[in-house]
Amino acid sequence: MAMEDPDRKTEVVLLACGSFNPITNMHLRLFELAKDYLHETGKYKVIKGIISPVGDAYKKKGLISADHRVTMAKLATNSSDWVEVDDWESSQSEWLETVKVLRHHHEKLSSPDTTISLQNALPLTKPGRKRKQEPNRHDPIKKKNQSPDGKNVPQVKLLCGSDVLESFGIPNLWKLEDITEIIQNYGLVCISRAGNSIQKFIYESDILWKYKNNIHLVEEWITNDISSTKIRRALRRGQSIRYLVPDVVRAYIEKNDLYSLESEDRNAGVTLAPLQKNASDSKN
Amino acid sequence: MSVKSRIPLILLACGSFNPITNMHMRLFELARDHLHQTGRYQVIEGIMSPVNDDYRKKGLVSARHRIAMAKLALETSDWIRVDPWETEQESWTETVKVLRHHYNELQSKKEFMKNKQPTERSTENFLSSQCSALPELKLLCGADFLQTFQTPNLWKKEHIQEILEQFGLVCISRAGSDPAQYINESELLTKFQHNIFLVKEWIQNEISSTQIRYALSRGLSVKYLIPDSVIAYIAYHNIYTEESEQKNEGDLLQPLKLHNTAM
Repeated sequence: MAMEDPDRKTEVVLLACGSFNPITNMHLRLFELAKDYLHETGKYKVIKGIISPVGDAYKKKGLISADHRVTMAKLATNSSDWVEVDDWESSQSEWLETVKVLRHHHEKLSSPDTTISLQNALPLTKPGRKRKQEPNRHDPIKKKNQSPDGKNVPQVKLLCGSDVLESFGIPNLWKLEDITEIIQNYGLVCISRAGNSIQKFIYESDILWKYKNNIHLVEEWITNDISSTKIRRALRRGQSIRYLVPDVVRAYIEKNDLYSLESEDRNAGVTLAPLQKNASDSKN
Repeated sequence: MSVKSRIPLILLACGSFNPITNMHMRLFELARDHLHQTGRYQVIEGIMSPVNDDYRKKGLVSARHRIAMAKLALETSDWIRVDPWETEQESWTETVKVLRHHYNELQSKKEFMKNKQPTERSTENFLSSQCSALPELKLLCGADFLQTFQTPNLWKKEHIQEILEQFGLVCISRAGSDPAQYINESELLTKFQHNIFLVKEWIQNEISSTQIRYALSRGLSVKYLIPDSVIAYIAYHNIYTEESEQKNEGDLLQPLKLHNTAM
């Protein structure tokens, strides 16, 4: 068995899923805030950030083609030395649940160094500690992330705003088993505005409360409300979006005339893919 | 109304810019959009005027740096520029004098341009093509600025009047401040409210320089809050430190000092 190094920090990869329609300075800030926060705990080292734009099959109103959204995200992260864009999710022909994207990236990180996938790894328990939770293979304790040959696998954590966490409560948007797997096996880093009621939300949810140690709440003191919706609205009205999105993104949008009344009408009246999927699944 | 028949307008923002942030630059964009949407104005230039070191505000770093950072930040803008005149004066200058200075500059440029061929720069285009209309010069600010009019000894009453009457304000409001209320509470502001343009900022982006300095002193990231070029400059020159934050500690702000001794 490999020697345990108490000073060894857990490596973390932050994964952000979303429409990024378009990407804004606020999205990019989430990564910076999360990284600073995790480093300040002294327990983690953030080694990578991944932006995973959702596929067109998500069918959200106003969602423009994934090609553009991925390109803009790539332009936006050119100046970052640790955040990158991944287009695996957007290349799939069907919409994918977030938990599947997490699994994909986790598996990608685990191989090719380990030949045995973590699925088969035996759960380890820290000696002398009473475990209240079910032992599982993705527990945050460092040792658990070692594959049998002793190599540490970085943890993938879902990075999001408080709106995503609160969306767990929307009927049929998320499957309970998915939420459970996300917070139990991976964990969340959730950025919220100071004073936000997100703690209350966690308190009121049994499943979130159970795994609250896996939910890192990061307070954003600098009010930064640059949502993609507002950006698209400003563009439709011919208003400036300078200094709200990276300049290269602004230039790309302008050059390709991406957002208009027509583009905002896309998918109007169409049911969001997860809602459709969960509704039909429950019927079967 | 065609572009030609609109009144040309120049926006002037005074402040510490310690350091300049994305929010400062947003103020200009918001103000311009708003004024254009009235149909009455054509904003031809934006001027950022960092305050003189003699202002004595706590934590104010040398003007040399503040100007350099603003220049870097405004590199990508084709209509906003930074002006060092205020920083080059021997002492701190009242805002109304800065406005007068820039207005005088406009007038003398106008005289000069009368006989000159128009060039690429839009200000010069306007000055040479518009025979009679001299651009209006307005002070661009946040709503908290309006509130400072109430601070004792900070402003001379006749200066506030001149700013409102001769020039005018374009005031961007942030969440939590109600500029209409400040106007209502002041007789002077109420009298000249027709010259106060209130612009609402719907996309909140409250990046204060103080918070930026705070983050920097703690080794926290400020990426995407201020331009990358400014971040690099700050790091290279090691501008913001515990020491720099202590500068002018205990000193009275220059305008307060001046107005106290005058009494």
